[in-house]
Amino acid sequence: MPDSPIRFLQGNEVLADAALYAGLKFFAGYPITPSTETAERLSYLLPRVGGKFIQMEDELSSMCAIIGASLTGLKAMTATSGPGFSLMQEAIGYAVMAEIPCVIADVQRGGPSTGLPTRVSQGDVMQARWGTHGDHSIITLTASNHQDMFTMTVEAFNLAETFRTPVILLFDEVLAHMREKVTIPEKDEIPIVDRLVTSVPRGTDYHPYFPREDGRLPMSDFGGSHRYNVTGLFHDMWGFPTDKPDVVNELMHHLVNKIENRVSIIQRYKEYHIDDAETLLISYGSAARSARHIMEDRRKVGMNIGMLELQTLWPFPRQLVQEKTKNAKYIVVVEMNMGQIENEVRASVNHSDSVYLANRVDGQLITPTDIKNFLRIIHGRGI
Amino acid sequence: MSSMTQYLRTRFMPHIWCPGCGHGIVLSGLLRAIDALGLEKNDIVIVSGIGCSSRLQGYVDFHTMHTLHGRALAFATGVKFGRPELKIIVPMGDGDALAIGGNHFIHAARRNIDLTAIVMNNNIYGMTGGQFSPMTDTGKKATTAPDGTIDRPFDTVSIATAAGATFIARTTTYHVHQMIQILKKAIVHRGFSVVEILSQCPTYYGRKNNAGSAVDMMNWFKDNTYKLGTKTAEEAGEMKALGIFIEKDEPEYCDRYKTIIQKVGSP
Ligand SMILES: Cc1ncc(C[n+]2csc(CCOP(=O)(O)OP(=O)(O)O)c2C)c(N)n1
Ligand code: SF4
Repeated sequence: MPDSPIRFLQGNEVLADAALYAGLKFFAGYPITPSTETAERLSYLLPRVGGKFIQMEDELSSMCAIIGASLTGLKAMTATSGPGFSLMQEAIGYAVMAEIPCVIADVQRGGPSTGLPTRVSQGDVMQARWGTHGDHSIITLTASNHQDMFTMTVEAFNLAETFRTPVILLFDEVLAHMREKVTIPEKDEIPIVDRLVTSVPRGTDYHPYFPREDGRLPMSDFGGSHRYNVTGLFHDMWGFPTDKPDVVNELMHHLVNKIENRVSIIQRYKEYHIDDAETLLISYGSAARSARHIMEDRRKVGMNIGMLELQTLWPFPRQLVQEKTKNAKYIVVVEMNMGQIENEVRASVNHSDSVYLANRVDGQLITPTDIKNFLRIIHGRGI
Repeated sequence: MSSMTQYLRTRFMPHIWCPGCGHGIVLSGLLRAIDALGLEKNDIVIVSGIGCSSRLQGYVDFHTMHTLHGRALAFATGVKFGRPELKIIVPMGDGDALAIGGNHFIHAARRNIDLTAIVMNNNIYGMTGGQFSPMTDTGKKATTAPDGTIDRPFDTVSIATAAGATFIARTTTYHVHQMIQILKKAIVHRGFSVVEILSQCPTYYGRKNNAGSAVDMMNWFKDNTYKLGTKTAEEAGEMKALGIFIEKDEPEYCDRYKTIIQKVGSP
């Protein structure tokens, strides 16, 4: 690698490099546009840095393989796009239930079905939240530029370890395929959270689901010092299946609350000119690039417009959104789907009739001009 | 031989299996094989899927993982590739291994990754109450084939052979001594091993097909099988051969990756 920390990389390459920075040691995946380049890059890099790469027979098995590898103590990830993300859902639920840290990158393309393989979309927001069955909570991060992709990828690994949970990185075709400057952080510039390993000595009973005082659950590398059970069934602190109502109830609340009660720690966002914003754009991912562009453009002509860029989509930062939208007359959600985040915003703000959707769902990146036109309509000025 | 209870998590008993179920005999055979090999409890990892057969994993005091229906081999691949030094045994039902999990089965065999796959073949979906499986013979009855199934069954040995498994054997719950010997070899074999164990489900397969009691079903295994190599195809007819079909040395998947790491990895 060259010495300069400045690179000109494709988004999928940023994902690969950031994952390695975060300590990735195991990648399993199956090729799919527009995410394949991450796998290609990691197939080259991982064996060179003491890691493992495996191309599996499909996305179901890729997801299962990273769970297995993560259990043995390796930081593990897979990367895919819509159709593959759908196939992973059952196993993502397993990782939720068995509390296995891992990272899943979904580079969104147009859907449903095979949809628009090479075109951009943000249609998987709800699939990230509710794709697997049953009540649960999940962490999902996104970004709008390559520098932030790097940071969010590292954060995803950190949050996965901290909360013993799968974390989803929701990127999109535009981010993944475009090239842009990125400065690779120095070692330790972004803190890395390593696996919390149990202090229970070998030969002593270890309970995989017995929380410490701070609520975290230390792990023991599977196949190592301690013998225990892992299952996707409701289980007790030993990891043994149970349907005792009190144990089931407690585990369900634990799985949801460990994330939902910590929204303020998990939420990542950026804000621009919120204070005087009569019109507030809320956006994320590549759509936020256009939103920010038009916001700056309109401010130059005197419009009181600001922007909130969400980087944590799930758990949805309701309080944050409520707070930041307090003074806005027009709350305009800019996204490339039929209103998946708009609905969340609507449920979070004080006046839901001041929420508008500025979207595009034709496989093209929403442009600043598109947003400008939406704003004219919203402000009652016609097109 | 030492007591097998040392390998059992007796506090999690009673087990869920019906009286007469063949899966307990497989468990017993597996523990005897492990005991005879002198393996430590900490050396063994069991990764199972979902089904009556896959519950075997919960009762043994090894490193155990109960995964998703059909995906045991995919999880096991992650565990093994992550930590190649582990000895991993993957018990699966016939539906688990060859219907929903068929793709993972052939690809694990193709890679020749060092896993021991045990297909506990009772020709039926036990756990969900007796629907036909890809191993149910044409014409046999099941809750979803009230008039007899029109599907044709798979042959585990042929599939494993075509997919490239490097150890392939078949035995039954009647032939316990053979089962132990085969399992010993399969566990020691370096590469993907497949052991098909014909097992009885008296509760569903037996009742639906008037196959009699568990003992009758096991006697059927005795009378309708033969030692591999002792009959011509014509003499064998519908009977199934038992024994080791394939046992060969071929580069193992994790070993192959190790050579790549040695070639390109930083020292
Ligand atoms: C994705 C999924 N589909 C279906 C099921 C329901 N299911 C559980 S076990 C099983 C079949 C069990 O049969 P087999 O694998 O042959 O094992 P056995 O119970 O006979 O030992 C099925 C269909 C499931 N758990 N998950
Ligand atoms: S249903 Fe069949 S396979 Fe399942 S435990 Fe009972 S006898 Fe065994």
